[in-house]
Amino acid sequence: MASMRDIKRRKSSIQGTQQITKAMKLVSTVKLQRARASAERSKDYFTCMFDTVNSILKRVGHVEHKYLASSTSEDSAGAEHPDGAKKKAVIVITSNRGLAGGYNSNVIKLITRHPVWKKEDLQVYCLGNKGREAFTRSGYEVKDCNSDIVESPVYADAMVLSERLLKSFAEGEIGEIYLAYTAFKNTVSHIPTLLRLLPVDTGNSKEESGENTETKEASAVMNFEPEDTEALDMLIPKYVTSLIYGALREAIASENGARMQAMDSATSNAEEIISDLTLKYNRARQGSITQELTEIIAGAEALG
Amino acid sequence: MADKNGFLLRIITPDRVFYENQVDMVEFNTTEGEIGILPGHIPMTVIVKPGILNISEPEADKEAALHAGFAEILPESVTILAEIVEWPGEIDEKRAMAAKDRAEERLHNRTPETDIARAETALQRALARIQVLK
Repeated sequence: MASMRDIKRRKSSIQGTQQITKAMKLVSTVKLQRARASAERSKDYFTCMFDTVNSILKRVGHVEHKYLASSTSEDSAGAEHPDGAKKKAVIVITSNRGLAGGYNSNVIKLITRHPVWKKEDLQVYCLGNKGREAFTRSGYEVKDCNSDIVESPVYADAMVLSERLLKSFAEGEIGEIYLAYTAFKNTVSHIPTLLRLLPVDTGNSKEESGENTETKEASAVMNFEPEDTEALDMLIPKYVTSLIYGALREAIASENGARMQAMDSATSNAEEIISDLTLKYNRARQGSITQELTEIIAGAEALG
Repeated sequence: MADKNGFLLRIITPDRVFYENQVDMVEFNTTEGEIGILPGHIPMTVIVKPGILNISEPEADKEAALHAGFAEILPESVTILAEIVEWPGEIDEKRAMAAKDRAEERLHNRTPETDIARAETALQRALARIQVLK
């Protein structure tokens, strides 16, 4: 059995750790509240953006456009081997710091354990240090990494990134753009999500929004100035930017939520170990007292 | 004008709801030129160009610098999804001036590499900012 002093030392060390995890939990709780509030504030913008783009796409129908999945390429995408020559760009949003439970590894796993994608076909754009570390280690092509964005996302940052991606998309360097992030559902559930940004899926968006917008659409036929296709040229970059920005916001909320949960369970684990050690310590103390008493009595008997 | 109550104007940015109120008229610059919208407009979507946003409320007029985004116009409401929009109080005059000079210089001494469209947008943006301040 460990000596009293050892147990005491161990206990105080764990108490120190517990104080740290408790403080980290409080910090991330505050940060979570802030991140969630700002995510909610910007939600209006994204829903509105999404609705508008969808209603335009619905009207435009099957038009050949550089940003849209034309009917032919959609079929080949369905076969899971879209024009093999072109690479896929994946934007991965992770955090800069660890100690957030499975937050980072869950997002990274979306890519590394993807059933179809191969390492060679991917270009990874990392937002956040943890993602970059993981992808460089496992030999992915990391094109770009900007870790500062994740701390406090500004719309302009998302704009720069989407401009860059759209440019290489238009030049034909990459064939598809995906976004991997952690969607924030509520404080306790965060869902790692993989989303296709480009080409915009006309088929899917029709199915999803078909029913609820149809009624709205019937009452008001929307006019476009400039023309549909021209408007799309300008709207889709904005659409991509806003999706990236929205994902960043949600990812930050999720990161803090995940960290809060991780730190909460760390604190309660520490609590458990401390109570276990306290019991052991008391037992050891009692044991040593009993031993001392026995020794004294034995000594007294020997004298008498 | 059909109804006296005006229409609902909402200006939303990625970070906040910039403005939300009943207004009589709103004017701003689009890719097709400057437009003014009164209640009962036909449904339309327009793309915003840098310029001044003029809001006519029943009591007073308000101005802001609107730089990018698009607007969805419906008979009873107008929603502007603005990427960048600023009240006069939020504009840094010195920076706007400097940006204007920079953009002008780039347009004057243009080289084959100059991104003319970008310089022009920057110039328009700076001009809108300066104009709103006056």
